[in-house]
Amino acid sequence: MNKPTFNSARLRATALAMTLSMALAQTFLAPATAVAATEAPVKLQSLRGADIQASDPEGDGTRYGRDQPPLPRDFVQQPPLIPHTIKGYNITKNFNKCLDCHAWARAKETGATKISVTHFKTREGEELSSVSPRRYFCNQCHVPQSDAKPLVGNTFKPGTGMR
Amino acid sequence: MNTNNKGFLGRLRALGWGFAAMLFIAGILFWGAFNTAMEWTNREAFCISCHEMKDNVYQEYRTTVHASNRSGVRATCPDCHVPKEWVPKIIRKIQASNEVLHKILGTIDTPEKFNAKRLELAKHEWERMKKTDSRECRNCHNFDSFDYAEQGRRSSKMHQTGLNEGKTCIDCHKGIAHQLPEVEQAIGAPKEGATPEEFHPPTPKPEEAKPEADKAKG
Ligand code: HEC
Ligand code: HEC
Ligand code: HEC
Ligand code: HEC
Ligand code: HEC
Ligand code: HEC
Repeated sequence: MNKPTFNSARLRATALAMTLSMALAQTFLAPATAVAATEAPVKLQSLRGADIQASDPEGDGTRYGRDQPPLPRDFVQQPPLIPHTIKGYNITKNFNKCLDCHAWARAKETGATKISVTHFKTREGEELSSVSPRRYFCNQCHVPQSDAKPLVGNTFKPGTGMR
Repeated sequence: MNTNNKGFLGRLRALGWGFAAMLFIAGILFWGAFNTAMEWTNREAFCISCHEMKDNVYQEYRTTVHASNRSGVRATCPDCHVPKEWVPKIIRKIQASNEVLHKILGTIDTPEKFNAKRLELAKHEWERMKKTDSRECRNCHNFDSFDYAEQGRRSSKMHQTGLNEGKTCIDCHKGIAHQLPEVEQAIGAPKEGATPEEFHPPTPKPEEAKPEADKAKG
């Protein structure tokens, strides 16, 4: 399979940053442009074309790919992309499905990559003997891959040591 | 006035065949009604007629692959929880009358009570499925028909090693239709929930590895 893969979280973060800065600009520039605004109100929309207050359109027809080997990383400290489906994988107070395979105790049997020791460190830098609370919600940083088209172009090149 | 001239015995004999026939027909009717009642209680609509079932497990099940998938083939509550074979079915039904008692007692009639008892209920189901080598899963999923080339990398690897080692579906697929109770994963404060050994039962030794269902299947 030679499908292009891309980091939808990164795109989403960019999208968010852009809408935020647009919103900020609106607020701060409001006095200056007040007259103009009453004449032609600026219409804000997200990169996906939805109103910024609405949530992203659902069911946009993209699909999550089949399981594949680990994907290349593009920069140092990148949270690796999830190379498999995560449909139905719940992370609740009671149970963390990801750790059912990725915890050190489970990794041998399941063949999954062990979570790295950085995941044991609290934000104060204290080393815990197990996953730190700030790393409990894996999907905050690790994202699965779909065949969605990039919303904006970019010229990013992987770090020289990562190519 | 001479209707009685056959005598009591004679009449009984004449009745005999009719009586036997009637018993026979009544039997069929009863049997039919019995099985109809059994079938009637074997529907999802019946299960979720109790809010204990509808407000908790049913809501969670609705978003899972067994309630909605691309092929539109559903697995309903009784498909996983009530055996198809007659004798195990009757036994399960008799056990289930316990549920009616607890319904009346209100044992799990709030989400809080339900969650407090969930671990115990889940353990009963895990035990039952483990004992029958996940018979209800196998009613639909025949692992002889697994196409490992079609399955995902992880599925195909785990199925081939796991099933050969004598593992059964429920050993790896807990929480397939509902949220799980607390499970100890060595994160933060210790939990009261299922221990790692209960959640992932250790693999049996090779000689006792052959599950019963495989022997029976021949
Ligand atoms: C059934 C076991 C299982 C579960 C559950 C699971 N994974 Fe994985 N994961 C794997 C395996 C096995 C691999 C290695 C991929 C391979 O070689 O096929 C992997 C690979 C990964 C990688 C890539 C690691 C690398 O070095 O590039 C990430 C990231 C990851 N998983 C994150 C997650 C997250 C987040 C979850 C929960 C939403 C999750 N996984 C749930 C088995 C699992
Ligand atoms: C705050 C963001 C963050 C969260 C939350 C997080 N990770 Fe990571 N993860 C990273 C980063 C960054 C890396 C790469 C650098 C490193 O190893 O620390 C990584 C690396 C990994 C790796 C690869 C390790 C290796 O040896 O190559 C795995 C597997 C993984 N994480 C799984 C998980 C799982 C499972 C969870 C949830 C319990 C999780 N991560 C939560 C940021 C995160
Ligand atoms: C009369 C209301 C009622 C109906 C109808 C009902 N349930 Fe339940 N169910 C309960 C209650 C109450 C419990 C909790 C029993 C206990 O506390 O031990 C329960 C427990 C269960 C359990 C856990 C069993 C165990 O061994 O601990 C399962 C599985 C279950 N129900 C499935 C079903 C299915 C499948 C159906 C439909 C065929 C169904 N229920 C119909 C009220 C009901
Ligand atoms: C009534 C038949 C039936 C029963 C009983 C049944 N399943 Fe399924 N199962 C299905 C169907 C249908 C699918 C979806 C196939 C598809 O993707 O279209 C499915 C899908 C699955 C999947 C794939 C999940 C995914 O996200 O792709 C797993 C795992 C699974 N079943 C495990 C089980 C286990 C474990 C049991 C026993 C507790 C069980 N099944 C009982 C019919 C059944
Ligand atoms: C050794 C552990 C193990 C056992 C035993 C096991 N499975 Fe699985 N199964 C997995 C893993 C791991 C996956 C892939 C990750 C996931 O979906 O959680 C999977 C995936 C599946 C899928 C989806 C396949 C795909 O690639 O789309 C089905 C269906 C399934 N299992 C059914 C069953 C049935 C039925 C049984 C009992 C005959 C069974 N499994 C026994 C570990 C196991
Ligand atoms: C695909 C099979 C499957 C289907 C369909 C299914 N269940 Fe379950 N159920 C399970 C398994 C497996 C457990 C054991 C606990 C676990 O692993 O989540 C369970 C556990 C339960 C329990 C015990 C409490 C708990 O959450 O552990 C109840 C009650 C229950 N099921 C009721 C229902 C009802 C009602 C329905 C229909 C809406 C239903 N189940 C549909 C497989 C299934």
